Amino acid sequence: MNKVDLVESARMRDDIPDFRPGDTVKVHARVVEGSRSRIQVFEGVVLRRQGGGLRETFTVRKVSFGVGVERTYPVHSPIIDHIELTRRGKVRRAKLYYLRDRVGKKARIREKRETAANG
Amino acid sequence: MAAKAILGTKLGMTQVFDDENRIVPVTVVEAGPCTITQVKTVDTDGYTAVQMAFGSRKHTNKPAAGHLAKAGVDSARTLAELRLDGVDELPELGDTIECDTFARGETIDVTATSKGKGYAGVMKRHNFKGMGDGHGVKRKNRHPGSVGNASTPGRTFKGKRMAGRMGGERVTVQNLEVVDIDTTNGLILVKGAVPGSNGSVVLIRSAAKGQQGELPTTTNEEGGEA
Repeated sequence: MNKVDLVESARMRDDIPDFRPGDTVKVHARVVEGSRSRIQVFEGVVLRRQGGGLRETFTVRKVSFGVGVERTYPVHSPIIDHIELTRRGKVRRAKLYYLRDRVGKKARIREKRETAANG
Repeated sequence: MAAKAILGTKLGMTQVFDDENRIVPVTVVEAGPCTITQVKTVDTDGYTAVQMAFGSRKHTNKPAAGHLAKAGVDSARTLAELRLDGVDELPELGDTIECDTFARGETIDVTATSKGKGYAGVMKRHNFKGMGDGHGVKRKNRHPGSVGNASTPGRTFKGKRMAGRMGGERVTVQNLEVVDIDTTNGLILVKGAVPGSNGSVVLIRSAAKGQQGELPTTTNEEGGEA
């Protein structure tokens, strides 16, 4: 292991569930407002995971009041309280940018059927 | 503030999260151990300094080997000298310097040989603006413009900035911050970028302009404020 990875791996979180593009997640992020902090939940479809190691980020997209909203979080950021995996999606590519051009029924993602093998 | 220095290898860059969960870009430097190979005093050399050795190499010529043997070192990749004028307690020959000489939050200067850029034009080398891309300018979009006048003075002034070799020179970046120290692996995390390519030797010194939040040594009389 090279020494830069050593720096990164020491700071990486191991409590983040394994999620992939197409999955629906609830991101519980700590938001600091003035002196107090609260937890803000952002639920949506994971559009992409980008980068590697400590620098990895993921983008979650949801449609809020008819407007598409995307938020990008660093996977290992301390502001993330926890990530809830609510649904596994069956998708055939790593970056789901095509979802941006789709609304309503067309923007659906099929649910992944869990088989015994990868259960 | 006593002067401190250590030599190390630049390993690469990454990012870490700070206390306020912000992302901080850092350069990872594998620093030390360095061995003091010579102690220079006013009596012996006319000034006060220490010389330190870092790293190793396959072949060392006899004069260098003899010099290093005095401090019990076989070979050295680099030697560096640190002036210690006005310091009473000098380190001893053969003492080692580890990365823990520096502490988290300290302000440092980092010196290294910058990456060579080859023969570079004026836009890259001197941040000239070039000429317009279009608007009647013909095929001169990265051009320096005029380099002088006609018969008065009839020559181009010395020092006129032009294209040429860029990079590959000794560069010091001042007032960088030590973000973290990893004593088990001998690593120093420096905030921001450091000159040179990965794997090159860097010299880390305590900041010449003093620590952050520390008052400058020259006394500044208050006044003149309305």
